[in-house]
Amino acid sequence: MAKNQVYTKSYHPYHSLNDPCPDPGEKHYSTPPHLYMGFQPEKLPQFTPKEALQKGTLWPALYDPYEKNQKLKG
Amino acid sequence: MWVYEKKLQYPVKVSTCNPQLAKFLVEQYGGADGELAAALRYLNQRYTIPDKVVGLLNDIGTEEFAHLEMIAAMVYKLTKDATPEQLKQAGLADHYVNHGEALFYSNAAEVPFTATYIQAKGDPIADLYEDIAAEEKARATYQWIIDMSDDVDLNDSLRFLREREIVHSLRFREAVEILKEERDRKKVF
Repeated sequence: MAKNQVYTKSYHPYHSLNDPCPDPGEKHYSTPPHLYMGFQPEKLPQFTPKEALQKGTLWPALYDPYEKNQKLKG
Repeated sequence: MWVYEKKLQYPVKVSTCNPQLAKFLVEQYGGADGELAAALRYLNQRYTIPDKVVGLLNDIGTEEFAHLEMIAAMVYKLTKDATPEQLKQAGLADHYVNHGEALFYSNAAEVPFTATYIQAKGDPIADLYEDIAAEEKARATYQWIIDMSDDVDLNDSLRFLREREIVHSLRFREAVEILKEERDRKKVF
């Protein structure tokens, strides 16, 4: 499953025919992986040290890069 | 005591001359959910939290100062070569008349930092829940700054800082589980 299908959720706020601005469609919000982990299990796969320093985490299971305007695009 | 390493936790590179980004970034410098608030909150709470999680607050509180230093480097790089006129156009006139080119602990709206942003309730669960909320709010703030910024190099550093908020949040959640003493309880019936 694609990353942002897992860690982004969406909803569609009500849009009235009388609202002056165009309907922007779905609103997306982050639900990063740590919300689902509870207590981190032992022996999870790791990034290499160099990759981990670049990504901000040693654990692929916790990696959730945010893209600009993810709120709009999901 | 602390040992200082004369380097940033993650490289900070700014690729566009856009002092307005500095105005947004100070939200994480001296704002309610910023790095200063985080560092002061955790390093103060650690004295009155059970032994098992003192080290966690110590480590994360220390790392927050490393993040504060990264934000300072970003703000400085974005403003150091700007003329007063450019700062005015970037919405930083109020800052300039009070602080000149200096950095200061305020939020994006120039409200100075206050200790009322943080709490130490002396109840371990109340304090850790505040810490979890603080990490999620800082994560969200990084998202909104990234949305406001077209500087790809700056956004790369901000993405790193956002990822650290995720890791810290999980560690605080684990600390709650440790204090609930659920961690090692035998789940065999």
